[in-house]
Amino acid sequence: MPMVIENVTKLVANEKHIDSISLELEPGTFNILLGRTLSGKTSLMRLMAGLDKPTAGRILMDGQDLTRLSVRKRDVAMVYQQFINYPSMTVSENIASPLRLAKVSPSEIDRRVREVAEMLHIENLLDRLPVELSGGQQQRTAIARALVKDAELLLLDEPLVNLDYKLREELRTEMREIFKRRQSIVVYATTEPLEALALGGNTAVLHEGRLEQFGPTIDVYQHPRTTRIAQAFSDPAMNFVAGKVDGNNLHLADTLQAPLQNHLRGLTPGDYRFGMRPSHLQLQRTTDSDIEFQTTLDLAEISGSETFVHVLHNAQSWTVQQQGIHNYRMGEKTQVYIDPSRLYVFDLDGHLVASPEQHSAARSLR
Amino acid sequence: MKKWDDNKAWFMVIPVFLVVAVSAILPLMTVVNYSIQDIFGPDNRIFVGIEWYREVLTDSRLHDALNRQLLFSSLVLLIEIPLGILIALMMPKKGWGASLSLVLVALPLLIPWNVIGTIWIIFTRPDIGLFGAAINGLGIAFDHTGAPLDAWITVMLMEVWHWTPLVALLAYAGLQAIPEAYFQAARIDGASTWATFRYIQLPKMRGVLTIAVLLRFMDSFLIYAEPFVLTGGGPGNSTTFLSIYLVKLAVGQFDLGPAAAFSIIYFLIVLLFCWLFYQVLLKVGTGDKS
Repeated sequence: MPMVIENVTKLVANEKHIDSISLELEPGTFNILLGRTLSGKTSLMRLMAGLDKPTAGRILMDGQDLTRLSVRKRDVAMVYQQFINYPSMTVSENIASPLRLAKVSPSEIDRRVREVAEMLHIENLLDRLPVELSGGQQQRTAIARALVKDAELLLLDEPLVNLDYKLREELRTEMREIFKRRQSIVVYATTEPLEALALGGNTAVLHEGRLEQFGPTIDVYQHPRTTRIAQAFSDPAMNFVAGKVDGNNLHLADTLQAPLQNHLRGLTPGDYRFGMRPSHLQLQRTTDSDIEFQTTLDLAEISGSETFVHVLHNAQSWTVQQQGIHNYRMGEKTQVYIDPSRLYVFDLDGHLVASPEQHSAARSLR
Repeated sequence: MKKWDDNKAWFMVIPVFLVVAVSAILPLMTVVNYSIQDIFGPDNRIFVGIEWYREVLTDSRLHDALNRQLLFSSLVLLIEIPLGILIALMMPKKGWGASLSLVLVALPLLIPWNVIGTIWIIFTRPDIGLFGAAINGLGIAFDHTGAPLDAWITVMLMEVWHWTPLVALLAYAGLQAIPEAYFQAARIDGASTWATFRYIQLPKMRGVLTIAVLLRFMDSFLIYAEPFVLTGGGPGNSTTFLSIYLVKLAVGQFDLGPAAAFSIIYFLIVLLFCWLFYQVLLKVGTGDKS
């Protein structure tokens, strides 16, 4: 029973919130909508749920046109960024509420409430009210409410954003397990590339209401079709440097030169943009073939057990992601290195020409 | 680390202390003074202990006024709270309609008490008032100066017209604070309008409604200007509420001792009811069954 979204467009006050998106989602799959705030994730979810009607296009479920069907008649469940539960109902009444409205028998309700409550480890909180719960427990209750319905379509709109770091990791791991066993189409919106990678499944990258790329999450990460997708699916953002290929040589930033190797070998001569992930840039030389750049230290941010070092290269700011906590003297000259086999290659229009992951992906397939 | 006392903090507290002392504690002490003494002049006073309290508590006219007052305040709450919620639910949530309805609803709150009285007296007069003439024209005799029930209805109308907007505004603020996601969730669940009200809007308004109930109770319990302007407590004693009776006692009969004792009791009654309401409303819907 696939869900098919056909050329769906949503205009709000003549502004395109969703711009002609087509997407096909299979039951039993976990699908991530990745994009910044205002990229259209929530708008798309509201259209999928039937809370809004599209300006143009169709939404089909199992071949049946649902576009004009009201949300009450659809089989949908949704979890929000805020912890939404009925304030005057206990946890068990909250979880049972969709079933009660659907006129399920009391014994069946009881059985299903217990089952999902156990799945989400809130079985000992069933008699409490939402105000007596922690944020994490409130969101577990909301997820349980959404799961108990066993809806065809389960929408999760940044459900972990308002939780602290530890709880987020914990719930994320659990959710991955829970959804694996479901036949629903799960759609999960997030702004964080790392969360998308951790959740796996498929990823749809959204930008300004347009669908940029859709495919298995790892695939999208390793082969971003454009520089924009590469930017969106990299945290911190990917660094870029202009360069060109002539004959058997690679010229980066006009001055540097290196022989073409590995995935770069097939490049036709011409101008390109080269992308470097922050985690691939080094402050020390690691291999003999490393390319060296002269840069100036600008800023160092410490984040957890990592340090993000911002350097300036020809007035362009790059980010180097370093393991461990380091101290740097700002304004100092420093060398930055990259292994040329880690370079992403885009043409001047921003389309991917070569990805460093082709080889490794091919290797892992074998 | 070296520690030292900094007494400067006291200077921050003293102004508040002075203001409260002058505005609340000193006047209250004067009342306490009057309630336990019979005072004839600055140097001529007799300590009477709880005599005034005994007199006031056994006064049957005061019992009548208290019963009247309790009935009045209960009716006020029973009418104004649901009506205020209803108005708040009907007000547009955004756009120019929201601003317009806010202004319209808030209008009665801007009118002084005595003016409200005057407006309604004229409005309900059987000879020249639109409302009074219309009612009488329908064949129903309506006269707030003669019939006690009609006087009650008129005071009630004034009170409801004047203060329901406050309840509506508070309820409206409570409704506006509910995140949109709650309503989406209810729609996805297939909840009816009534279920949405009962399980989302009403529980979410609990805080503001607690305040509305407290304010309206206190204020209606102290009602003075409306019945005073209308009939001065009549016809008979039918609209002699507690504060009207208190003023009759203190200003009309110049019985300052009993009036002072009465004030203290009055104050304690209001305090007691507010405490009770507060305790009850805090527990409703929190699952605290104690």
